[in-house]
Amino acid sequence: MSGVVIVGAGQAAAQAALSLRDGGYQAPVTLVGEESEQPYQRPPLSKAYMLGKADEAALRVRQPDLYAAQDIRVVTGERVEAIDRASRRVSLACGGELAYDHLILATGARNRALPVRGADLDGVFMLRTLEDARRLRARLTTARRAVVVGAGFIGLEFAAVAAKSGCAVEVIEAAERVMARAVSPFMSVFFAQAHRDMGVVFHFAEGVLAITGADGEAAEVHTTSGRRVAADLVVVGIGVIPNVELAEAAGLATGNGICTDADLLTSDPSISAIGDCASSPSPFADGPVRIESVQNATDQARAVARRLCGRPAPYGAVPWFWSDQGAHKLQIAGLGRPDDETLVLGDPSTGRFSVCRFHRGRLACVESVNRAADHMAMRKLLQSGGTPSMEVVATPGFDLKAFVAALPTAA
Amino acid sequence: MPRITYIQPDGTEQCVEVADGVSVMHAALASGVSGILAECGGAASCATCHVYVDAAFSERVGPCGEDEDAMLDCTASARTSLSRLSCQIEMSDELDGLIVHLPEAQA
Ligand SMILES: Cc1cc2nc3c(=O)[nH]c(=O)nc-3n(C[C@H](O)[C@H](O)[C@H](O)COP(=O)(O)OP(=O)(O)OC[C@H]3O[C@@H](n4cnc5c(N)ncnc54)[C@H](O)[C@@H]3O)c2cc1C
Ligand code: FES
Repeated sequence: MSGVVIVGAGQAAAQAALSLRDGGYQAPVTLVGEESEQPYQRPPLSKAYMLGKADEAALRVRQPDLYAAQDIRVVTGERVEAIDRASRRVSLACGGELAYDHLILATGARNRALPVRGADLDGVFMLRTLEDARRLRARLTTARRAVVVGAGFIGLEFAAVAAKSGCAVEVIEAAERVMARAVSPFMSVFFAQAHRDMGVVFHFAEGVLAITGADGEAAEVHTTSGRRVAADLVVVGIGVIPNVELAEAAGLATGNGICTDADLLTSDPSISAIGDCASSPSPFADGPVRIESVQNATDQARAVARRLCGRPAPYGAVPWFWSDQGAHKLQIAGLGRPDDETLVLGDPSTGRFSVCRFHRGRLACVESVNRAADHMAMRKLLQSGGTPSMEVVATPGFDLKAFVAALPTAA
Repeated sequence: MPRITYIQPDGTEQCVEVADGVSVMHAALASGVSGILAECGGAASCATCHVYVDAAFSERVGPCGEDEDAMLDCTASARTSLSRLSCQIEMSDELDGLIVHLPEAQA
């Protein structure tokens, strides 16, 4: 038995290996990760770690010696260069080869680079890896003027941390609102104001033309509207590109990610794909989706491990997500769509409320701010398959938790 | 430095010393105590850092917050009156000697 080889040593990869052992898988399990780190969690990089509230040891998915104790081999600082599907072997950058019975691609995603002059100056950062976070955190201690390019989750989380550490923060965003791809317009308005209250300044509908510097250090960000924003620190958070090249070169179907079926199998039945790199059908979406979240990475990992341990079931875990920005905890259950109809539960002026997003009359997504009860109720509701009508949710005093508790299916 | 004792479902005990202000969750991860997943890294969003506070300490640890309360409704092992999210308990000298029991399952 050659066992399972997992490409990548991030959150999805680590979970898959651990779940294989939990499920009783006996053959060898090997993780091969390009980064020189043992598997770690990325979410704290832009939150607790950046704030100095969590150290590196606390980021580890598990203590490193736990993998050996479970007979899981973790190879770090090593890149998988190619897959030979005919002989079921992968080749490594160091020249070695590994044979597999089943291969799991958990290659994640990489940051999209800002394609402008000056993006390589000192003081321009991206945030994906622990190494990125180490350098950025060190720089933040002396920075006075931070410019964040892109008002997505990571950019905004960083903006909140930078503002808290005393930086002047300006955010340049090409869309008309914050987190435009991920949250409802109502939620964007709330979070933009929340950030303004922390001292953050926004420039919407503007792109970056160039970054100029002095002595190799970033000094000014030039925008498409002719604005020049002074900066001694620039953080670029304009989205990610899934790492599909390895799969593509091996002839597997790829699109916006490595394409899988409902069982998370790629177009080769000996190869699965999970986490940020996988584009998969979901009962909560209309077509294949590629989701960048811890929930997606770990639940897909568990699903593949179950299948390899002989208990297959199509992947259908409820999507959920969180983001901490300053004092506000955003939690999202379900998947929104651009044309959703929305209703608000609670009073936004109290900083505790939820936006209910309806798709074709069904409650499809709930975005909660500091209202975990709504969030957890929605996760249960999506699990059960039930839905309240818009009329019911619009009733004054409607309580989602009570509604879900009263459903016969959602115990 | 305050100490925490973690007791596994099989009775195995591990005692660790932590700095003031460190959460019971972070202390466990940093010192190799198994049985806490902490998938959200301490954001009170995943309920995979569930512990049962030893009854002798429940008063000193105090009640959980509203959001934590909601998350505890969805733990993998049954919730009891002693259930807490370990990421939401910050250590202090007052909690020196704290004992927490780990659940059978976190996910
Ligand atoms: C700063 C930040 C904050 C985040 N905050 C949140 C949050 O609050 N909530 C949330 O749900 N999610 C959050 N996320 C997203 C979450 O971290 C990701 O969805 C998750 O890490 C995906 O796990 P993964 O294993 O699929 O990919 P990754 O963690 O990206 O791991 C993939 C690994 O594979 C390696 N690799 C790629 N190709 C090869 C190869 N050919 N050979 C060897 N190794 C290879 C890569 O180097 C990488 O280490 C955040 C992400 C970041 C960066
Ligand atoms: S670590 Fe996720 S709830 Fe505590």
